Amino acid sequence: MAQLDLRGISKSFGDTAVLRDIDLSIADGEFLTLVGPSGCGKSTLIRIIAGLEPQTAGSIAVDGAPIDHLRPHERRVAMVFQSYALYPHMTVFQNLALPLTMARLTMAERLPLLRLLSPRRRRIMAGIGQEVGAVAEQLQIDRLLDRRPAQLSGGQRQRVALGRAMVRHPAVFLMDEPLSNLDAKLRVHMRSELADLHARLRATFVYVTHDQVEAMTMSDRVAMMHGGRIIQLGTPAQLYDRPANLTVAQFIGSPTINLIKGRIGRDDAIEIPGGRIGLATGLPPGAEVTVGLRPEAVVPAPLVPAFQDPVRLPARLHRRENLGPEQILHFDLMGTEKAGLTCRVMGSETVVADEPVDLLFEASACHVFDSAGERVDLPAPVTSSPPPVRPVAPLAGGPGA
Amino acid sequence: MQATLSTRTAPAGEVSPAAVMIRRMSGLFFVHAFLLAGAVFILLPFVWMLVTSIKPPEEVFSAELSFWPDRFYGLENYSFALTAAPVLRFALNGVIVCTGILVVQLLIAIPCAYALAKLQFPGRHLLFVLVLLALCIPIQVPALPIYMALAWLGLLNTYFSMMVPFFLSVFGIFLFRQFFRSFPDDIIHAARLDGMSEFEIVWRIVTPSAWPAIAAFSVFSIVAHWNDLYWPLIVISDINLAPPPLGMMYFADAETGSNYGALTAAATVLTAPLVVTFLFARRRFIEGITMTGVK
Amino acid sequence: MSAAALPFRRQLLWQKLTGAGFALPAFLLLLALHVVPLLVLAGLSFTDYELGVVTFEWVGLDNYAQAFSDEVFRRSLVNTLYYVAIVLPGSVILSLLVAVLVHQRKRTRSFYEIIYFLPVTSTLIAMATVWQFLLHPSLGVINAALRKLGFGEVPFLSDPDLALPTLAMIGIWQLVGFNMILFLAGLSSIPRDLYEASAIDGVGNGVDRFLTITWPLLGPTTLFVIVTTSITAFKVFDTVAVMTKGGPQGATEVILYAIYLEGFYYFRTAYASVLTLVFLTFVVIFSVIQTFVLDRRTHY
Repeated sequence: MAQLDLRGISKSFGDTAVLRDIDLSIADGEFLTLVGPSGCGKSTLIRIIAGLEPQTAGSIAVDGAPIDHLRPHERRVAMVFQSYALYPHMTVFQNLALPLTMARLTMAERLPLLRLLSPRRRRIMAGIGQEVGAVAEQLQIDRLLDRRPAQLSGGQRQRVALGRAMVRHPAVFLMDEPLSNLDAKLRVHMRSELADLHARLRATFVYVTHDQVEAMTMSDRVAMMHGGRIIQLGTPAQLYDRPANLTVAQFIGSPTINLIKGRIGRDDAIEIPGGRIGLATGLPPGAEVTVGLRPEAVVPAPLVPAFQDPVRLPARLHRRENLGPEQILHFDLMGTEKAGLTCRVMGSETVVADEPVDLLFEASACHVFDSAGERVDLPAPVTSSPPPVRPVAPLAGGPGA
Repeated sequence: MQATLSTRTAPAGEVSPAAVMIRRMSGLFFVHAFLLAGAVFILLPFVWMLVTSIKPPEEVFSAELSFWPDRFYGLENYSFALTAAPVLRFALNGVIVCTGILVVQLLIAIPCAYALAKLQFPGRHLLFVLVLLALCIPIQVPALPIYMALAWLGLLNTYFSMMVPFFLSVFGIFLFRQFFRSFPDDIIHAARLDGMSEFEIVWRIVTPSAWPAIAAFSVFSIVAHWNDLYWPLIVISDINLAPPPLGMMYFADAETGSNYGALTAAATVLTAPLVVTFLFARRRFIEGITMTGVK
Repeated sequence: MSAAALPFRRQLLWQKLTGAGFALPAFLLLLALHVVPLLVLAGLSFTDYELGVVTFEWVGLDNYAQAFSDEVFRRSLVNTLYYVAIVLPGSVILSLLVAVLVHQRKRTRSFYEIIYFLPVTSTLIAMATVWQFLLHPSLGVINAALRKLGFGEVPFLSDPDLALPTLAMIGIWQLVGFNMILFLAGLSSIPRDLYEASAIDGVGNGVDRFLTITWPLLGPTTLFVIVTTSITAFKVFDTVAVMTKGGPQGATEVILYAIYLEGFYYFRTAYASVLTLVFLTFVVIFSVIQTFVLDRRTHY
């Protein structure tokens, strides 16, 4: 139906740059999520696509044709707002029918009183009524058509807002945090409904959220935004398994990824408090790095993982959160002041508190980030393009000196 | 990319960027044309007042339509306005009356509003109902009996007679009550525990927090009474006590009536205080005056 | 009663006393300035009392009968309603239009706001004098402009057919800014995303936007503006007193001016009381509508 291409989109309000040179191609029928913390520019970007705000620079094209000069309704997009933006004075039916009446009736046929004169109008309205009925049935709101928005529950309003977007059969659905006003349970339910809807409609979805779970569960691809830029674009698995930088690593995944400060030793291994990780990073000795470890990659020794040559760190249990099927264990690393590690283990077996245990993980499970927070790719056997080496101030002495 | 662009036909009903630009500009043009036409209608008397106040009589009386005076005659007009009639005295009377009314209004309305909002006392509901009813009685209704009482007491032609009907502002009571109701009870309880009397609580705790409401109410009260003609016209016959509107009316009726240069000069002097204050405190003014509209 | 309850009761009693004390001055003034005068007014309306005369007699409904058959009073009532009938639509429609257009402006908004609000803050008496000069048949700038355009002189204030509409025009001039501010407040309470949603739904031009979103959602504000404008227009007095004094040929006799003349010029106190009560009846009717309208405000 529609491929969406953004080229060099920038937006600034006065001196404040909100979006910086965004390039993004969204394939026909793709579900793409813009995710990021508040203020990262994701909402501004979707509003620019909708035509509600002009970009400062750059161009947007649908199927190769620029749409920058078109008004919102001429762009073949529909939008679901965070607040739903239902017209409070209209019934559900009128809310759903509005986009169609606007498109199909002439100005004269829409004017009060004057519209009663047109026989054509009645015919068109009958057609619109059928279409609205069909959409309402799909969304199971056909019994609510006579109600006003104020008489609906949050979930019902959400469906009406979706329906209003659907009746027009737009090429692109834009959704601005549509689930954030729902309670937790309903949100989980609507996630799967939205995914089903996308599968059924095969339309292009651009979805904005600050909730990484929504981003991970529904999307074909996720664009993580930060400071007005897309800092990583990829499938949910790519973002989780190969975060491009510290910001992505920390934003995606719950509980949050473990981060350990370390530095490159003389023998190329990474030295961290209480241990060392034998990984060739290609960074010069003395370079400071941050090691990221997903909580499920760390296993307390009593559980005896099938690791070959794991890294061992002595630690002591600090706090335990039992979630039923799994538990989150917070450890303090021995011999350090504040450093800790969180691990996630299946089942609810107890790891004895107050007794030092070894935490095990494989070196290959580590994500290494350089001092600028960028991912260092591991390992790097073929050096067709050597990783950028950043100048690092030489350290006075080796570790442990 | 370029190839795809050229081969693709634009969907029906689509508009070119140039047309968009023209549409936007012409829209803006009509909007501003309408608003400016209205602005001219609004500003006409103000501008003409200022211009005429610096015109010599022969230019005022010439049938020729000319905007700017050939001969600057402002000094003569203004000095005539200020000496032929006590125009400054009118302004001073306005200040005295407005201040007197406002001070008493606040002194009476604030404690009453606090009592209505936060205290239990017998007759509270009755009082509030009376306040609501009194809200819709304009001054012209009790004017006759109050006038009779003042005449009987021999108090006509005094500042007091000009101020007394307005000492009670039911609108002020209503407004402050709404404001005080949202004042946290916990702070009042804490103040009581600290040993404050209710009197101190009203004036040292609650009143300072109601500053925005008081400011807005003050603007509303001052504008209303600076510009009020009806009541002073009834009780004041001594021209030296006249507030601005009455003074202006007197000035226009006197033999100076056809000396439009001096007349507009006087109008300027009497209109200026409020208009200048408005220009400096626009937000407060708009808030204060429209408060009557959102009560 | 337990001993512990005693200090609590004492405190409650004390609070009641303070409350009553705080409310007392206001209560007394309310009696003196509103309740008693209203009762006196009602009483007077059944007498033949004239100020300065020592004695009076009860005359029952004579004054009422006289008022309703009085040609002058009936004319003043008709004139007042005629004035309201011009000022009401004129100022409401104009201010709504101005408010909608000003609301969309960003940089020039405060510029227009200041200009349109100017008449509200200025002394109407002074400005009425200026208007009188502007409308002067031979010296006024408006007639000078009309002459230049070849229309000839228009005797705005001395033609009985034109005098009242001319005063109404000045009434509109004074009220547009006030109503505009009320409408602007109403407009800013309409959520912006409704306009955005409607823009995406195809509500493309200003007329559609006004009809689908602005007008329905501004409904409560509009009703409210209509009522306050009616009350204000019904109380027209200043321009009449300064510019026409009821003339020419009684064409601008309005109800408040009639009350003023009867009560404070001819000192026919009892008769003026009746007129005042009629005036009050109208204002109360408007106010009741206003309360009803205010209740409807919460409707969405």
